[in-house]
Amino acid sequence: MEALNKFVEYTSVSSIAGPLLIVEGVKGVAYGEIVEIITPTGERRTGQVLEISEDLAVVQVFEGTTGLSTDKTRVRFTGETPKIGVSMEMLGRIFDGKGRPIDGGPEIIPEKKMDIYGYPLNPVSRRTPEDFIQTGISAIDGPNTLVRGQKLPIFSGSGLPHNQLAVQIARQAKVRKEGEQFAVVFAAMGITSEEANFFMEEFRKTGALEKAVVFINRADDPAIERILTPRIALTTAEYLAFEKDMHVLVILTDMTNYCEALREISAARNEIPGRRGYPAYMYTDLATIYERAGRVKGKKGTITQLPILTMPHDDITHPIPDLTGYITEGQIVLSRELHRKGIYPPIDILPSLSRLASKGQGKGKTREDHPKVMSQVYAAYAEGRNLRDLVAVVGEEALTERDRAYLKFADEFERRFVNQGKDEERSIEETLDLAWELLTILPREELKRIPEELIEKYLPKK
Amino acid sequence: MVVGKIAKISGPVVVADGMKGSKMYEVVRVGEEKLTGEIIQLRGDRAVIQVYEETTGIKPGEPVEGTGTPLSVELGPGMLRAIYDGIQRPLTEIETKTGSIFIPRGVTVPALPRDVKWDFVPTVNEGDYVEGGDVIGTVKETKPIVHKILVPLGIKGKIKEIKSGKFTVEDTVAVVETEEGEEKEIKMMQKWPVRKPRPYREKLPPVIPLITGTRVIDTFFSLAKGGTAAIPGPFGSGKTVTQQQLAKWSDADVVVYIGCGERGNEMTEVIEEFPQLEDRRTGSKLIDRTILIANTSNMPVAAREASIYTGVTIAEYFRDMGYGVLLTADSTSRWAEAMREIAGRLEEMPGEEGYPAYLASRLAQFYERAGRVKCEGSGDKEGFVCIVGAVSPPGGDFSEPVTSNTLRIVKVFWALDANLARRRHFPAINWLQSYSLYIDDVTPWWQEHTGPDWRELRDEAMRLLQKEAQLQEIVQLVGPDALPDKERVILEVARMLREDFLQQDAFDEVDTYCPPMKQYMMLKIIMTFYRKALEVVEKGVEPQKILKVSVKRDIAKMKYIPEDKFLKEVAPAILEKIERELEALLENP
Ligand SMILES: Nc1ncnc2c1ncn2[C@@H]1O[C@H](COP(=O)(O)OP(=O)(O)OP(=O)(O)O)[C@@H](O)[C@H]1O
Ligand SMILES: Nc1ncnc2c1ncn2[C@@H]1O[C@H](COP(=O)(O)OP(=O)(O)OP(=O)(O)O)[C@@H](O)[C@H]1O
Ligand SMILES: [Mg+2]
Ligand SMILES: [Mg+2]
Repeated sequence: MEALNKFVEYTSVSSIAGPLLIVEGVKGVAYGEIVEIITPTGERRTGQVLEISEDLAVVQVFEGTTGLSTDKTRVRFTGETPKIGVSMEMLGRIFDGKGRPIDGGPEIIPEKKMDIYGYPLNPVSRRTPEDFIQTGISAIDGPNTLVRGQKLPIFSGSGLPHNQLAVQIARQAKVRKEGEQFAVVFAAMGITSEEANFFMEEFRKTGALEKAVVFINRADDPAIERILTPRIALTTAEYLAFEKDMHVLVILTDMTNYCEALREISAARNEIPGRRGYPAYMYTDLATIYERAGRVKGKKGTITQLPILTMPHDDITHPIPDLTGYITEGQIVLSRELHRKGIYPPIDILPSLSRLASKGQGKGKTREDHPKVMSQVYAAYAEGRNLRDLVAVVGEEALTERDRAYLKFADEFERRFVNQGKDEERSIEETLDLAWELLTILPREELKRIPEELIEKYLPKK
Repeated sequence: MVVGKIAKISGPVVVADGMKGSKMYEVVRVGEEKLTGEIIQLRGDRAVIQVYEETTGIKPGEPVEGTGTPLSVELGPGMLRAIYDGIQRPLTEIETKTGSIFIPRGVTVPALPRDVKWDFVPTVNEGDYVEGGDVIGTVKETKPIVHKILVPLGIKGKIKEIKSGKFTVEDTVAVVETEEGEEKEIKMMQKWPVRKPRPYREKLPPVIPLITGTRVIDTFFSLAKGGTAAIPGPFGSGKTVTQQQLAKWSDADVVVYIGCGERGNEMTEVIEEFPQLEDRRTGSKLIDRTILIANTSNMPVAAREASIYTGVTIAEYFRDMGYGVLLTADSTSRWAEAMREIAGRLEEMPGEEGYPAYLASRLAQFYERAGRVKCEGSGDKEGFVCIVGAVSPPGGDFSEPVTSNTLRIVKVFWALDANLARRRHFPAINWLQSYSLYIDDVTPWWQEHTGPDWRELRDEAMRLLQKEAQLQEIVQLVGPDALPDKERVILEVARMLREDFLQQDAFDEVDTYCPPMKQYMMLKIIMTFYRKALEVVEKGVEPQKILKVSVKRDIAKMKYIPEDKFLKEVAPAILEKIERELEALLENP
């Protein structure tokens, strides 16, 4: 029956709602299987079974339902779960959100086909991430150190330079070990053509494309297709990492567009929503994306994830950043205020956090003084920012000498440490040295978080 | 057995027809691949089943087979050091069996190893009278834990036969002849349905504190042995680190650590770290007394719902041997969300925020399984289960249903605060919002084991912190200079309390665990400083001068000094120095 079903075309679409089709009278259809839809004009679209009862299937159509009718649409159930053909030839290529080449190059001849939903990694098979990745960006490498196998999102806002930052990281990221292979898997969801061009141009220009696989779902591509894009990208990443021993950096942008697509499907199904209209299962759904990162036993390759999302109304408690933060291992937060001041990248280190930072810092990884000097810098910047608020109330005259030093520190920290060129790549030593130099602004007795030996050794003499 | 047919599939929920004769909560095998599921609703001959594995590829018409038994755990030697998924499948064995880094579906591996032979040492003789819960023998399962083999509940009679030597969990180690003359074979393994609490003789009052070594918990918001606590907080505020600290250092015999819908890497951390860490009390490794349940966020959602029950049943079983058990669940919100997700697919009438109407009762039933008890059996075994549940409120908003319903049940509330975490004040437990309803119960213990003035010191310190918060509001408006001298001393000492007592770095080698006596002395020193400072300020010394005394630096370093040295040398020296340096200020006010 299964084999036969592949050839059966159903014309029994009984209703269409949003991105969903209801097909009646079906037989032998499996939950989750891929569906081919032939529109009244003969165009082919792809869908997936979301719910199946004895003779009724609910199908989501990835390209959307525009132009479909209940009487002239034909539906064929393929008996397959969603898969993508992968191969090493994908490196250097650009695909659409469903994995079809859009760079004018040839079709990919797959080495194998992989299920895009994948399987959960066995927690027993994981290894704690610990290898420092140098992004060349001080505000990340210093206080928010990224390690191989981590998932660290960028929480941005509309109009902030997260794309710029993403390509800079993609270009600069390296682990300081010899002879290892890298790849970048880049998945864009719902980005404008202008942004898409920016990415493709940047990747080409800098030579980053050679070691990259790029998937682009544009803003005018079907929204539902966005459900597939990150999964296709991560399946490719798993292939490169766990079968081809590569260290893969996956950049997913913009997860907010992904979540909107999820909400659209949920609304079309009349599901009981969770917070602010987003589906109650959004946490689980996002986890099946974000958890596909890590370092595992017996495999040389790793997957590091850098998802990017724009916080609606810059609100960090909005369900999209909130649920993301509950799953990922920290977050890098971009600030509109710093951006307005002309600081690039506008990373606010106070709400930012890399939970695995301590695994990648210190002797043998970066430098012995790394954790302590950063803890001091963080505390000093926090104090400076507090004082800035206070000055706004009581005026600068009320401040002591010490307080003024902190204010100056905060300003210089933003201007010299956080701020850097769009092409400027700083080694971790440069980053740490810069931190020490800034600390000379403070009275020496304020450096309470750093052991005396380290101060002796690293603090520049005034 | 009942065999029905799948009628409908929607994610983890499958509806099957032809299921007449099945029971609620019965385990069923779903589809050709025989995925494990559990009946959660019965209507006529139609059963609603939650499936513990991914359902993609399953079709209507495929068979559903009943097993006749409710979802149960296997209890017996082999659980310690194990890492299970939400329905007690051993993840290490799954890795070995499949040779894969991924968890495929449809794998079945028994929870307890069947091939291991354990050294069974009988503790009863032929002819002895035994009843359910009595110990008939022991197995030294790990270095610190002797696994006591219990007569299964419901069996009562005379020992007809008792063996000694090496056996697997399925071998018979004893035979009991009941009063009716029936012979019951006893094996080292028994089963228990997870949704049914294991009984006990009686509950005992929670008068002994669970010593966790975390100062803000032990000194201010103490958890009692057998008690319940919730630890709500937004992401990144320290729920997981706090629970891991409790799992590492608290004085429970056995720890059941449930990772419920959280990160894979966090489980890995425990798996890698616990075999290395030394247990202060027994000198063996922490893993030897730990059972891990890992149903991470990307693993099937229905098994997440079950993981809480699996964990608490295992905890009760060790309690029944007379052990103290700490159960931590990270995070109960993910458990509640799993319930919500399943309920949503059943098209049940939702309650608040889409959660099922039975959310509150499920939470209550879970926490109710904690307690210090007199165990089943004829002996006088006492054991306890402490439950500590993390709560992950959306947006950090404590008024949401899971947090608010949990707070109506638990006796201890450790409120994590995003602002404190952002200022890197760890543990970020907000001292103004948190509470413990066990303080009065555990005060006698502290007075006996530390000093008679323990409670006064604690309460006074608490008052200072509360006063500080009020004063801070004034300072925000008018600046600190406007405050009277006495209040400036309060601000100074409150800062000392925050920085030198409350703040405790989980990753500092020494300060990660602070023993009770050291906690007491640290507090005593700070409060001594306070009284002395007040005294000299009242005599006319300017508060600024107090800021400059060098003993302040000694106080700041107390936490990094190991207990022995601290109590013997450092503490007396500091007390003496406080007296001397503050007295000296009087000479030159
Ligand atoms: N007691 C502590 N000592 C030192 N650092 C801490 C402590 N508690 C928390 N932290 C820091 O805060 C970070 C976040 O803590 P944790 O992972 O426990 O948060 P969480 O509340 O469990 O977050 P989530 O809800 O996202 O799981 C840690 O990685 C660590 O850097
Ligand atoms: N979660 C909280 N629980 C109790 N009090 C709090 C909390 N958050 C803030 N406070 C109040 O705010 C003050 C801390 O704010 P502040 O920014 O002054 O901290 P700090 O920078 O560590 O200390 P200082 O400014 O004295 O150096 C405390 O004195 C306390 O009264
Ligand atoms: Mg301050
Ligand atoms: Mg956590």
